[in-house]
Amino acid sequence: MFDTAFSSNDLMFLLKGAWLTIQLTVVAVAIGTVLGVVFGWARESLPGWVNVPIGAVLDVLRSVPLLIQLVLVNSGKSILGLSWSPFVVGAVVLGLYTAAYCTEIVRGGILAVPATTRRAARSLGMTYWQDLTSIVAPIALRVSLPGWIGLTLGVMKDTALVMWIGIAELLRSSQIVITRIQEPLLVLAIAGLIYFVISFPVSRLGAFLERRWADDSLKADQ
Amino acid sequence: MNYTFHWNQALRRLPEMLDGALVTLQVASLAMLIGIVIAVFLAYGRLSDNRTARAVATGWVEIARNTPALFQIYFFYFGLGSFGLRLDPFSALLAGIAFNNAGYLAETFRGGLQAIPPSQTRAARSLGLSALQTSVHVVLPQMFRIVFYPMTNQMVWSILMSSLGVIVGMTSDLTGVTQELNARTFRTFEFFALAAVLYYAMAKLTILAARLIGWRLFRT
Amino acid sequence: MIEIENVHKSYGSLEVIKGVTMQVEKGEVVSIIGGSGSGKSTLLQCINGLEPIQKGHIRVDGIDVHAKGTDLNKLRRKIGIVFQQWNAFPHLTVLENVTLAPRKVLGLSAREANEIAEKHLVHVGLGDKLKVMPSRLSGGQQQRMAIARALAMSPDYMLFDEVTSALDPQLVGEVLDTMRMLSAEGMTMIVVTHEIRFAREVSNRVAFFHKGLIHEIGSPEEVIGAPKKPETIDFLKSVL
Repeated sequence: MFDTAFSSNDLMFLLKGAWLTIQLTVVAVAIGTVLGVVFGWARESLPGWVNVPIGAVLDVLRSVPLLIQLVLVNSGKSILGLSWSPFVVGAVVLGLYTAAYCTEIVRGGILAVPATTRRAARSLGMTYWQDLTSIVAPIALRVSLPGWIGLTLGVMKDTALVMWIGIAELLRSSQIVITRIQEPLLVLAIAGLIYFVISFPVSRLGAFLERRWADDSLKADQ
Repeated sequence: MNYTFHWNQALRRLPEMLDGALVTLQVASLAMLIGIVIAVFLAYGRLSDNRTARAVATGWVEIARNTPALFQIYFFYFGLGSFGLRLDPFSALLAGIAFNNAGYLAETFRGGLQAIPPSQTRAARSLGLSALQTSVHVVLPQMFRIVFYPMTNQMVWSILMSSLGVIVGMTSDLTGVTQELNARTFRTFEFFALAAVLYYAMAKLTILAARLIGWRLFRT
Repeated sequence: MIEIENVHKSYGSLEVIKGVTMQVEKGEVVSIIGGSGSGKSTLLQCINGLEPIQKGHIRVDGIDVHAKGTDLNKLRRKIGIVFQQWNAFPHLTVLENVTLAPRKVLGLSAREANEIAEKHLVHVGLGDKLKVMPSRLSGGQQQRMAIARALAMSPDYMLFDEVTSALDPQLVGEVLDTMRMLSAEGMTMIVVTHEIRFAREVSNRVAFFHKGLIHEIGSPEEVIGAPKKPETIDFLKSVL
């Protein structure tokens, strides 16, 4: 067998980093999804003077590297004298970044609901909110889900960048181990495997849900 | 808030930062070019009947899509050290982004190839064109037209991704230059805000340029 | 000469050609008629090797199309084919559609290829559409372009696979006129068609295909004018 200095302690260290990666992902996606739904609805429903500025800000968030956004918020927080932990900074930046993409996904979902369907709902006497919650939302949800799962996986991978502001997530943890035991290929292979193990099942789940819901909608047609 | 912004100090360094932006565009374009070439082979590999070709292509695509871009850059920077190979930050960054681009573009290209009716290949082969000639002159030109818009997006990604070079010690691209200036002056916010503006401009110019190229290229 | 000898062709377990034998001499025009799914289009695709066969032989000027070692790319230069769906290359102009194969396959210079392509495009009545993209053409014009594209390789044989079936009725005439012109010039042609009147007018011989077999073959007067088999009589009744 081959010799390695990689110990179970090192593995625990990497898994701790992975746990931080997952926590950060969950918090960021939660923030981003709530904001994304609100903004997505706003962009399709509110007048131009509200949603043009919203759209412009979100466009900037999508066109500036995440790393730059992290540094800006991190230094902005010091300027404002806020005592946010690096985790909070990471969650805020990733959350807004997620919101920028989630808005487009939600918008796409709402646009996928045919205007005739909505008119039919209103003609049955449904109120605006009834139409939104019981007609638009369920249809939009199905259309948006694959994109949203893809986004979640994207955010999970993007969490690696928060190492730059001093969070020892999975990739930073592996760098620390590499520096100690000098076996970069092995350590990176293990880190890569952990990323893969987190990412792959979720993407499979997404594909599965997409298929199942597609089958359901076929049944509904018959 | 008792912080005074020193925007002038940052603006005076604009020429250096623009030089950095040029390096950023070079890295991103080069990584895009390499990525496109590899992606064509990967896309054909994924559609091939040859099991080995399919396995290699699928492996590449899954790793590129299921691990962080920064991880991929790390792999080329630190990982190759196990083979006694030490890439400089520029090469590691270039290799990492090209690897990532190839993986994502391969899936896009595969979809594009599948969207071209097989009758096009039939028609070309019936004129005596070989399989390679059919790909080069009939199938690929049509595929590039179909995937042009997603390719534009990937180019923007390529620019944004190149900012990660600073983490492996890149100093010549826009983020690298910005970080150097920051280390010397501690005007973090001002310099990085200026960098953000430049990145935004590069992203928008890329999209604009792609529109113009698209108009010229795809006559209908 | 094209010699087709006891050809069998299956897709999986479905046999679509069940032993067909026929010959086409130089200068002859042979039409193949028959219902959908009778195997007539498939036979054309077998003649230039686009489809493999399971049994039998097809020889073109003595060369076995499906033998190992046959250079199909070379053989296909001799055999032009035009499809039901004209398959214009959408990213190339009309002229470029026609010059592509002469340049890449025959290795002609751009000038030579342009000259030949122009000659054929003028011949089929598209002399004023050289720089136009195919999407701007009508179906009939695209189909005539496809004919010029095949002719530009100076083939010895032309195969036509239901070339008018996908056209609007008012565009059928212009394509048939082009084919009439070719037959008058002595081109060897195999024409799979639903246009019975056209088949009767231009063909030296007509073959009636039914369920993967030739039921009748002979002069147009015999097969269309005085059919003997009940299947032929039924088919002609249904289309005329």
